[in-house]
Formats: sequence, structure tokens, C-alpha cells
Amino acid sequence: MQDVSIVMCGAAGQGIQTVEQLLVGIFKDAGYNVFATKEYESRVRGGSNSTELRVAKERRAALVDRMDIFIPFDQAAVSHEVHRISGDTLVIADKDSFPADGPADLPSPAVLLPFKEKALEVGNRLYTNVVAAGAVTGLFGVDPEIGEAIIRRKFSAKGEDLVRENIQALHAGNDLGSSLREKGHRFEVKCTKGVADELLLNGNQAIALGALAGGCDFISAYPMSPSTGVLEFLSQHQKDVPIVVDQAEDEIAAINKAVAAWFMGARAIVSTSGGGFDLMTEGLSMAGIMESPLVIHLAQRPGPATGLPTRTAQEDLNLAMYAGHGEFCRLVFAPGTITQAFDLTRKAFDIADRLQIPVFVLTDQDFVDSYYNIPDLDLSATPQDHFIETSEGYRRYELTEDGLSPRGVPGHGDGLVRLDSDEHDEHGHITEDLRHMRPAMVEKRLHHRRILMEEFLEPPTLQPGEAKNYVICWGSNHNVVKEAVELLDNKDLAMMHFHQVHPLHADVRELLSAAERTVLIENNATGQFADVLKLQADHHVPEADRHLRYSGRPWSVEEVVSVLRKEGF
Amino acid sequence: MSDQKIYDMPHAKAWCPGCGNYGIHRSLKEVLADLDIPPQRLVMVSGIGQAAKLPQYTKAHMFNGLHGRSLPAAMAIKACNPGMTVIVTSGDGCTYGEGGNHFLAQIQRNPDITNIVHNNMVYGLTKGQASPTSLKGMRTKVQTLGVMNEPFNPLAVAIAMGATFVARVYQGDREQTKEVFKAAIEHRGYALVDVFQECVAMNKVNTSQWYKDNTYRLEGHDPTDRTEAFRRASEEGRYPTGIFYREEGRPTFEDTLPLYHESKEPLYTRSMDVDRVRKLLDSVRSV
Repeated sequence: MQDVSIVMCGAAGQGIQTVEQLLVGIFKDAGYNVFATKEYESRVRGGSNSTELRVAKERRAALVDRMDIFIPFDQAAVSHEVHRISGDTLVIADKDSFPADGPADLPSPAVLLPFKEKALEVGNRLYTNVVAAGAVTGLFGVDPEIGEAIIRRKFSAKGEDLVRENIQALHAGNDLGSSLREKGHRFEVKCTKGVADELLLNGNQAIALGALAGGCDFISAYPMSPSTGVLEFLSQHQKDVPIVVDQAEDEIAAINKAVAAWFMGARAIVSTSGGGFDLMTEGLSMAGIMESPLVIHLAQRPGPATGLPTRTAQEDLNLAMYAGHGEFCRLVFAPGTITQAFDLTRKAFDIADRLQIPVFVLTDQDFVDSYYNIPDLDLSATPQDHFIETSEGYRRYELTEDGLSPRGVPGHGDGLVRLDSDEHDEHGHITEDLRHMRPAMVEKRLHHRRILMEEFLEPPTLQPGEAKNYVICWGSNHNVVKEAVELLDNKDLAMMHFHQVHPLHADVRELLSAAERTVLIENNATGQFADVLKLQADHHVPEADRHLRYSGRPWSVEEVVSVLRKEGF
Repeated sequence: MSDQKIYDMPHAKAWCPGCGNYGIHRSLKEVLADLDIPPQRLVMVSGIGQAAKLPQYTKAHMFNGLHGRSLPAAMAIKACNPGMTVIVTSGDGCTYGEGGNHFLAQIQRNPDITNIVHNNMVYGLTKGQASPTSLKGMRTKVQTLGVMNEPFNPLAVAIAMGATFVARVYQGDREQTKEVFKAAIEHRGYALVDVFQECVAMNKVNTSQWYKDNTYRLEGHDPTDRTEAFRRASEEGRYPTGIFYREEGRPTFEDTLPLYHESKEPLYTRSMDVDRVRKLLDSVRSV
């Protein structure tokens, strides 16, 4: 077996995420390709949260239903995942957390191990999950010493005792796993050279790093799942890379601060989710009339209103495309991979700056919370500032042939930079000149769209390149669809993944008109991207070929395979 | 000392004849000239309303943003270039009504900005509805039974929130207005100046005569005494004017930002340091 899926499930507060991090770190440092994704309830304690790890020879970065190893921390965890347990699943449970015959409702009995007992021997029952993590490393024959450095990094600030006990717990668990391995529960996955030196990051970190690579030096955001990771990461590193970090009083303030920061020559990002972005729409509209650059990270979760705060969806494409009153131009990116998240966020700053428009990076909970190793990220494109040194008589909204007025920054040169949320003349002065100035300014603002279409749009990814049938997806569904298409290995079928969802590249129309069949996979109930294809590329995906998921869960590889098989591929 | 004409703009003003805005504008320009602040070093920020048009008529950099949102913008502007003088001028509806949360939150941060609030106790541009500071009983086209709400007390709120400079003036008292404006601009930290002004078109209660009859200068008050400041700010009926509270030396929002500890340069002069970002990338090679 070269691709092992490990699922751990327990109540919030039982340390599932600590174990996930520890295990992902150990496997990656040991040279395995790793992927981890979690699903959790909107609560701090209790309930059932789970995390899935994939340890594989090849790069794997999508959820699978299959569980090769399942570790439930309580009976509720078994009920939570029971539909995924098969006769091939190795279920390992702590012998003291269940009745003598182990967890109920299993197709075959669980292997019971003394996780808690070993934890108590080390000194505290809180180490139970670390013992369990150690057992997993033992099943793979991984040297637990690899985990020591990680434990040291994570816990050294909390004292040498804690470090020592965690290491002891990991070793104790490893011994338990090793003895199981000797009894035949062997998991053999080939290591890959170089993986240990690769990067390991989740979607939120990729967005934050992409922002920094794009020259971001200002973030203002109000915490909201699942977007908060960007604010946290940038705040944690504000001493490493100079950046103004402000936890705004609300999202309205956040976006107004961001636009004002761009006005001053900074490069600002806001990071939010649906409800928070609703509050930002007024400020977005202001960015439109002010012709301000702006980068918006919008991490989707199911709505309407509070909806499902910790679950995933692709329901806010229409919101990103149409939010804000009045007419102005914008660009919406929807990265499908960690590398794309980094590259597109970096690029978002450049395009926002050059075209003086808002650029969205549209992600979702599944995307921002999942992480895996990637070879490296490209830092070669150093950000360029696209503003000028002004001289006296400078006009911020000078009417030019291409609609772009050179952007000045207060303090840089002798000119005065005057931005107005009212309709304005070339100087930025409020105007009601309906005969000349108003139409000229409207046309100027929409002119940016032409430049965007001509110079900045990218076509979708086709994989494999030669096929006549396409499964269309966008944003976070990239990895799961790609893996499903690879598994089907049908030379007539390719994935068509859109990482730029609005506006669409001009070639899309032609590409789709040449297609024999298209099916579509997206995570909303109304087929929002199907509508985009109709509107912008005159391509109709029949209702029957739209596979829409709106439960709040991401797609698994098996589910996509099953959908595509039913479609005849 | 410069000539206040350097702040003049050529445009006609959209203010009614006799509006208190003219007096506030004149006092402010005189103080700016007195302090020798060149237009290139001055950023005027406002929201929406008749008062919020003041930056339109003032030669300086301008961020005339959204209704209620002037303070977050001003705080960010100062954070991006602490060398600039940042002055916010907007009305009572904009600042205390639509922008209430921003008012509280920016006071907490203590950015080094001056917040001049034109307080005419009425909504002028929308033609005469009650504002947060309207006095009880005032009848309008909306408040047909008279204003029922307790009037918002910006000074007491600001002092309670920990604002480091809190003052009130009546614009018709030009001498005190200029003196307080000057002190507010020179104050290092958030400075609130609530400016009583008449709205000749829409407020028939709080007229110039009413302000003359119902205000008096604070005398012998110790502005470092916060408890006393709060007590004086709570006075109703006849309203004291002057500096109620002043605290020097509290760190500003900008002071707290690590990026200014290594360099005082404004953000626009800096460029991305690729080595630092690479180092950060290296830190995510393991968990």
C-alpha cells in the first residue's frame, strides 16, 4: 500500500489538532508525502471533530472516504465515522476509554491499546493523544526520534518537563505501534527523496505568504472562521517582516482602513468570510469609485447569515462578483492548490496596484484548513510599486487614453493626492457635471476591464491536455477532481479547472464550444459557476450534468469518481 | 507662520450662507498657517455630510471617504505615514451616529490624529432629522413627537473610553476655537474637539443666540484630572467649553507598531525584503 489514510476523531479539546500537527510533521520530516484536512464543529469543547492524514508515496492532496487506520477517542467518534469503517479498516482504540470489548458498532473488533495507561505512566492523562500518535509512527516503522525536534520546537517555551514527557509519551506509543507491526499490521509507504526539506503549509499560510511576497505591509481584519489564519500568521510574524497589523473593530472598518492604506502607498489586504464580507461591500464600492487597489481574501463557508461557521462551501462567487453598488471593475481568483494560492495572492497585489482595482482571492474552509508538502514557492518576482512621484498640479483622476491615471501617494512629491467617494473631477473634487465629467469618469472606471481582459487573464488548467470531455471545477475542488480523473485514467476525460473565475479568459468560449461533453462539480446549490460559464462564455452545462454539493462537507475522491462513473467516464 | 491663503481652493462652497462651517474652516486654516503645516504634509479626512465637505475646500491631501467611516481611514493613514498631520472633520451624525463603533475603537488605539466634529445637533444634508446629539423634545419631520432619545454625550464617552485629549468649543468663539484647535493638533495622540455650531437652515432651536446663552468657558479646570473632567463633561443646561481632559505621553497606535521600531520611514518608501520573506518560508518547512 503506497497511500495510507489515517483518521483520528474525538471531542473538541481532546487535542486532535495537536496530534494532527505532530504526525504530519513527523511523516513529512521522515520523507513521506503528507496531506491533512480537518472537519470540526463550531464549539470549543465536546462534539466530534476529526482529522484525516494521508501518508503517500505520490503527492496526494484530497480527502478520501477510505480509512486505513481509524483511531476514535470516544464512542461518539465511532458513530461520527461509522459509515467510513470497512472490514479493511484497522481500528485502534484506547482500552480504558471504552468497555472491555472495545467500541461498539464495528464490523470487526478494534485493536485495544493502553494509550491512557502509558500516558499516566509518563505523568499525565493529557498525553493520551501523543501516545496514540506515537503508535501510528510505530505502525509505519518511523523512528520516533524524528518527532523529538518537533516536540522541542512546540513545547520548549513551556518548560523542559513538558518536552521530556511528550517525548516519552511518543516513544511509549511508538513501542505499542511497533509491536502491532510485528504482529502483521504493517504499513509500508516509500519515502521520497527531498520531501523532508519541502515546505509544509495550509491554505491560509499560503495566502499570507503570498501576500508578503506581493509586498503586503498592512492587514486589517476582524476574526471570522475560516479566514482568521491569515491575520494570525501575519500577526505572529510582524517582527520578522515589517507589516502593520490591526484587528479591526468590524469588517466595515477593516476595508476602510485597507483602502486608506493603499492611498498612503501601503499594500493592504483584508481577510474575511461571507458575513464579514457583506459588511465590506460599502467599502468595496468606495474602492471602485476611488480607483483604489485592494486585495480581498474571502474564505467561504456555508450561509446564509451565520450558516455553518466551520464548514465549507463555494456559495459566495456571486457575492464576490456582484457585491457593491454602482459599476466598476474587479478580478476574482480562486486558487486550487497551495502553490496557486501563494502565486495568485502575490499576483493579486501586482494587478490591483497596476490596474487600481479590487482583486479577490476566493477560498473556502476546506482549502484554508488543509495542508500538505510542496517543493518550494517562487520568490523571484519582486513586487514593483506602481505609483509616481507627483508634481504640483497633479490630478489623481487625470483622463488618459487607457483610463488609468498615474497614482500618486501623499508625501511623495509636490502634488496633492485627493480621493473622493463622491463623483469627482480629474482633481478628485466633488462634481455634479452630468454632461461631461460623470460619463467620462464612469467610462474611465470601466476601461480598466478592457486592460484586464487584454493583459491579465489566464486560461483554465486542462489536465490531461488532450481530451474532448471535461469535468469543470473551480477553486478548492482542483485536487479532488484531479485525483479522481487520474484514477479513472480515461484518455477522453480531462479536468478543466478555473483559478480565475471572473472575468473569464477569452479563450474559454472557444475551448468549451469544441468540447463534446462537460460535467460540472461545485459546492453550491444553484450552480453559480455554471451561470458564469453561460453568461461569459455562452456555454450551457445541462442541469443533469451539474453535480452540486451544499451539505457543508467537501467532496471525497471516491465521491467524485462515482459521479464521473455514473456520467459514463 | 504661513499665510492661510495657501489652504484655499478655487471652488465655490456648497454651504448655506451663515453656516457655522465657514467659521470652523476659517479658524482651522488660521491655525494651520500658524503652525506652518504645508499642504503637502497635511491629510484631511472626512466622511459624508455638509461638514465632511470641508476637506473639499482645503488645499491638502484629501481622503473624503464614506459616511461614518472617516476615523478608521484616518487611523490607517497615520499608521502608514506617521510624519503626516492627519485631521478629520465630519459632523455629529457621521462621527457619533453612523460611525459610533469606529469612534469608540479608534479612541482605544490612540492614533495621533485630530478629530474635529462639527456638532450642530441636527442632520443638515438630509434636511433636518434628529442627530445623536439632538436635545430631547426637538420636533423634526421624522421625530414628529419630539426627540425621545437621550442625547449622546461625546465628551463623557471619550473621557470614559480613555481619549487622551477631549475638548469642546463653540465655533462663534473664534479665539477659544483657534486656541483649542492648535492644542489638539499639537497633542500627540487622539484629540477630540467637539465643535458646537449652528445649522441656520435646519436647526431652529440651537441658534447662534442659543449657543451664546448656553455655553461658558471652563475656568480654573485642571485638564489632567480625569474624574473632574468627566464631571464637567456631564454638565447639562449650560455647557462648558474648553479643554476638559489632556494626557500626554501615552503611546500612540503608531508607537506600538514593531515596524517603526526599526525605522521611522513611511511605508511607501519601503520595499519588500525578499530575504526576510525567504526566511519566513524556511520556517514552514516543518510544523
